[in-house]
Amino acid sequence: MTRPMRSLVKPQFVALALILLLNWILFPGFFSFFVRDGRIYGSLIDVLNRGAPVAILAIGMTAVIATRGIDLSVGAVMAIAGAVAATMVGDGTPLFIVLMAALGVGLLCGLWNGTLVAVLGLQPIIATLILMVAGRGIAQTITEGFIVTFNDPGLIFLGSGAMLGLPTPIIIMATLAVLATAVFRLTALGLFVQSIGVNESASTYAGLRSRALLIGVYAFAGFCAATSGIIAAADIRGADANNVGLWLELDAILAVVIGGTSLMGGRFSIPMSVVGALIIQAMNTGILVSGFPPEFNLLVKAALIIVILVVQSPLAGRIWYFVAPSRERPPDDRPSRTTATSAEGGPK
Amino acid sequence: MNARYWPLVATITIFVVAYALAVMQFPALFSTRVLGNLLTDNAFLGVTAVGMTFVILSGGIDLSVGSVIAFSGVLVAVLVSQLGLHPLPAFAITLLICTCFGGTMGAMIYYLEVPAFIVTLAGMFLARGVTFLLTQDSIPIDHAFYDWVRQFYYVMPGGGRITFNGGLMLLVFLVGIIVAHRTRFGSYVYAMGGNAQSAALLGVPVARTTIGIYAMSSFLAGLSGIVYSLYTSSGYPLAAVGVELETIAAVVIGGTLLSGGVGFMFGTLIGISIQGMIQTYIVFDGTLSSWWTKIVIGGLLFGFIVMQRVIIAASRRDWRTKPHPEPAPSG
Repeated sequence: MTRPMRSLVKPQFVALALILLLNWILFPGFFSFFVRDGRIYGSLIDVLNRGAPVAILAIGMTAVIATRGIDLSVGAVMAIAGAVAATMVGDGTPLFIVLMAALGVGLLCGLWNGTLVAVLGLQPIIATLILMVAGRGIAQTITEGFIVTFNDPGLIFLGSGAMLGLPTPIIIMATLAVLATAVFRLTALGLFVQSIGVNESASTYAGLRSRALLIGVYAFAGFCAATSGIIAAADIRGADANNVGLWLELDAILAVVIGGTSLMGGRFSIPMSVVGALIIQAMNTGILVSGFPPEFNLLVKAALIIVILVVQSPLAGRIWYFVAPSRERPPDDRPSRTTATSAEGGPK
Repeated sequence: MNARYWPLVATITIFVVAYALAVMQFPALFSTRVLGNLLTDNAFLGVTAVGMTFVILSGGIDLSVGSVIAFSGVLVAVLVSQLGLHPLPAFAITLLICTCFGGTMGAMIYYLEVPAFIVTLAGMFLARGVTFLLTQDSIPIDHAFYDWVRQFYYVMPGGGRITFNGGLMLLVFLVGIIVAHRTRFGSYVYAMGGNAQSAALLGVPVARTTIGIYAMSSFLAGLSGIVYSLYTSSGYPLAAVGVELETIAAVVIGGTLLSGGVGFMFGTLIGISIQGMIQTYIVFDGTLSSWWTKIVIGGLLFGFIVMQRVIIAASRRDWRTKPHPEPAPSG
């Protein structure tokens, strides 16, 4: 198989196709579309729409994980950004300023995480744990413990409106994914991020400004989380500081891992992470439409993580090497991990 | 003084000063009743935190404990209330399942060479999902044994009660301290947290110890679920959401280094007490909202983590001049 052909048959696409097919078998109307009031409706659109918040989180998370980091605080940042947007729009602030403020708060949270990781040298999981614990408390103080609701049509449009016949969250997700991929892939930035993930001190010695880059990457994750938080708040027309984005950090990490980016840092692919998020959402939707209790999701996710871990593990790589010795697979220490993440430059 | 003791001393100082300030404001806080309630209310958290201390000392993390607590509580409730089993065999079955569950996670971490974080994340989803399969609702437990256990309490001078749960937590901490500081297993844990590679080269059975650590953590989380079911007389599948974060926070505030290898079991007890005291203070105050707990704990976490960085930097300077201090005070 030639290389471009092979990159099309990624396991993620196969998995997504299989899950969609399974959904179709369980729920025959799954692929049907209809257009009403200039807007497309259908289960497939619903998967994209519902998957958008996690996909946007996953975009930022991909960059963080590529630097060998992790950001546990994105769910809490979502809550903070949602709380800021809802309270400000309730006070009658113009929408543009509201959005700038909410996104700015997200950036600020990301800068805080990045500073802890890059300047103080904390382990990312610990550094972001602080905001994960404190963040919901901060969001609660902003909303003063209430679920702040709003009726601003502009803000609501971001959550449940439609552009070009598609729900706004899908447009925002696609724009962000394309922009982020372009910035990371058309400039050397992606390479820099990747090299920090492979070896931070070597990158620094090679002349990279690792600290600034790390801070920037976490700030980007904060920005994505704030975007996602605004969409989530706009969707329910209110900011629920306790529940918005709860456990979504874990979904985002899972999406990145499904997308083939290794938790050990290095090679990454933003488009594949978006596909990962859509796989998760397709499963959620499938479980819902087929009438199983939604708690089944947890079991399926757990099973999915275990399968990915086993497939990506060095042990499986070694076994595979012995079982299929005719393949041109080098017997190095972690063969499967590098091949599983061979998403160089994403789909071209 | 050895830099290793700084976090412990800081934790104890913060606890004493904060408690003194709180007592100045509300003299009623200075009573054994408050102390007894603090022990009872935080018993399930404390039992879990002992296991978490071992995990973090070894350089790992266990995100599954909250779900395991819920699983254990619900399984006990199902076995006792729906299948009519006596609580004691129900406890045994539950603890056995939890231990095997943790051991499996440990084995995956070691043999698949993946970060503990992601394996225990899968464990968290799995345990919570299985719990929801068992039941979607809260199951009450109404058994004579539960009433019988509740009779056991020790009345301290001043009227405070150390209940069965509170006493059990103290006992678990005592055993934890002995295991951590006075047994071979404890030294293995410290050695692995210090440097897993050198520990393996020095003959520490890393595979066995990793499996043991996570098995113990899940065992204690299971025990904590039983304590929780005694505390609430029910099993509830949504119980103990977010407890993993609270326990990790307690362990860190207790002065254990998150990078592993340095820390004391006793510090975790103080960490639990600080968290419990913040909650008690908020209840006494009456005007503060409960979300302040999260902010204060977040602030404390930040303070302690920064302090740990300073200590690591200080002890690195020590390394150049002095020989490396022994990682564990083993007997």
